[in-house]
Amino acid sequence: MNHVSHAAATPIIVIHDLVKQFGRFAALRGVSAEFVSGRLYAIVGENGAGKTTLLRSLAGLTRPTRGTISMLGTTDLRSVCRQVGYMAHPSLLYDEMAGMENLRYFARLYGIQDDQHCARTTAAVGLDPKLTRPVGQYSQGMRQRMSLARAMIHDPRILLLDEPFSNVDAHSARQMTHLLKQLRDAGKTIFVVTHQASQLEHAADEFVQMEAGLITRRTRELMMAETP
Amino acid sequence: MIRRTFPILGVLTAVLLSYGLYEALIGAPTEQSMGDVQRIFYYHAPSAWTAFLLFGINFVASVVYLIRRSMKADIIALVSAEVGVVFCTVVLVTGPIWARPVWGIWWTWDIRLTSTLVLWLIYVSYLILRRFSSSGQTPLMAAVLAIFGALDVPLVYFSIRFFRTQHPQPVIGGEGSIDPKMLQVALINWAGFLCFACLVCWSRYRLELLQREVEETEALEALLDSRKAQ
Amino acid sequence: MSAITNVARASLSKDLRLEWRSKDAINSMLFFALLVVVIFSFSFDPTAEESRRIAGGLVWVAFLFAAVVALNQTWARELRNQVLDALFLAKAFGNFIFVIVLETFMTPLFIVFYNLRALGPAYQLLIVSALGTWALVVNGTFFAAMSLRTRSREIMLPLLLFPISIPALLATVEATTAILTGDFSAKFWIVLLAAYNVVFTTACLLLFDTVLKAE
Repeated sequence: MNHVSHAAATPIIVIHDLVKQFGRFAALRGVSAEFVSGRLYAIVGENGAGKTTLLRSLAGLTRPTRGTISMLGTTDLRSVCRQVGYMAHPSLLYDEMAGMENLRYFARLYGIQDDQHCARTTAAVGLDPKLTRPVGQYSQGMRQRMSLARAMIHDPRILLLDEPFSNVDAHSARQMTHLLKQLRDAGKTIFVVTHQASQLEHAADEFVQMEAGLITRRTRELMMAETP
Repeated sequence: MIRRTFPILGVLTAVLLSYGLYEALIGAPTEQSMGDVQRIFYYHAPSAWTAFLLFGINFVASVVYLIRRSMKADIIALVSAEVGVVFCTVVLVTGPIWARPVWGIWWTWDIRLTSTLVLWLIYVSYLILRRFSSSGQTPLMAAVLAIFGALDVPLVYFSIRFFRTQHPQPVIGGEGSIDPKMLQVALINWAGFLCFACLVCWSRYRLELLQREVEETEALEALLDSRKAQ
Repeated sequence: MSAITNVARASLSKDLRLEWRSKDAINSMLFFALLVVVIFSFSFDPTAEESRRIAGGLVWVAFLFAAVVALNQTWARELRNQVLDALFLAKAFGNFIFVIVLETFMTPLFIVFYNLRALGPAYQLLIVSALGTWALVVNGTFFAAMSLRTRSREIMLPLLLFPISIPALLATVEATTAILTGDFSAKFWIVLLAAYNVVFTTACLLLFDTVLKAE
């Protein structure tokens, strides 16, 4: 009744028996799943369930001990890394530079010379492009939004967000959620690892529950996902 | 085949080393200017030759690893570096012991000795890197460092050689030709050292191979155990 | 190719701008080098003659230790970003500039503390400084990246760097001494330094990708 149907759409990400071990500790114990494009997936679970490791594996930052990840039709994640935007929990921003300066730098890394694009992205996350304050002086909410802007500056098809709402004020959180819905509606595939599943209650297409290195349940409704 | 070759090699090593010892201490002629102290040469030089050979093997194994990512190549690199450092240490200890009674000084910027010192430093840093790096990338990092070390060797040699022309220093071990009988004794000892090095490397190789297999099995077990607990 | 230079240029200007605003590395390096100069100056009483013979070695030891301070933080601020591949030269150049700035500040201090005056061709000192600094910095930047994946990374960097740098250090010190004392020609050492730089810059460029790809 609460199963998710994947009938029509082709999967954009296919994970097969993914294992990641750090020494003797297995963070992922053989995860197999398919994810379809144009959806917002919320990955939820306790600390140590393997959510972050899964996200990092998708981002290509962690090489699996065993198993395969196929993204956009290829298992060579480096070749499609330009299609992926990753936002980690420590914000990947330089504290001494202003918001726009940060964005301009990261844009240049992707070969994007257009400053207007940076300004538009800043505005999209609800920040003022003309702000000259260094990022180190931002509130956590502003910083997370800036971090999201950095993750999407190169217009990736897939967005991977790790705890975007942590320590963030309600206004910023709502802003980000609203933006994520817009991005999903525009056709992007979004994965959000979060402890605050309720934030995405009306935004996520699917809740992916993880426990001890495995996906235990995938549901449409948040209510169902929280029932033990 | 392994079961028989190993003890045979062991016996051969023992024979060569004892014969070499006899020849070095008693059989070989006494050197005219330095006297009996010179007999340390029969341990100093063959150790150096063995060390250089082992480091050469390390370089080749490292290159093979970089190209083929073969675990066996990595173990050979590790093993040859470890035993090489041991022989290198012998050279660095026997050198000053030889120098002191003959020239009155412990150390001199003798080109061979100094090159050996630098090589020793490079390979000790190699072993430290192997110990300190996180297990996934150790073979790769070590192989890269070994290549850097190998590139350094000719530069080390030339820099020290030129340094010595600017600041002349005594040469340990003498220059010029060696008496054929002395060379023969040195070669006997070298053969013994080579067999010994083979023995040690071989044992160490098998030990390391087993160790890695155990680790892999343990990791797999840990994985299966916790899966069962689900 | 031009994409790589764009990335490199963006990264280099970002590094310089960050350093200009925080002045973290420069300040630590300067203070460290100053400490080394002062402590060394206690160890001998510099008459003009004697100091000229020793100063080459002392100066470069001070620069070497101070350079390690800068090298250690090369990649520390660098964030794990999937795109960053063509970064090595940009990082090495950045470090090169930091250390050259350090040398520019420290040289007057050395001249004062050790009563130095070059008896040989002084212009060669510029060449020696440039070559010697690049030799340290190119390998230092490379080993800093390797040390990222080790425990005790701050100590790992000098442990790896110093043995490999011995020919370069020897050449730099000897060349500097040659120029200061005017006793002999620095030409061979300069050639050796150039050869060292060519060999290791090539090696670093070729192998950096391998090191980076190791997860």
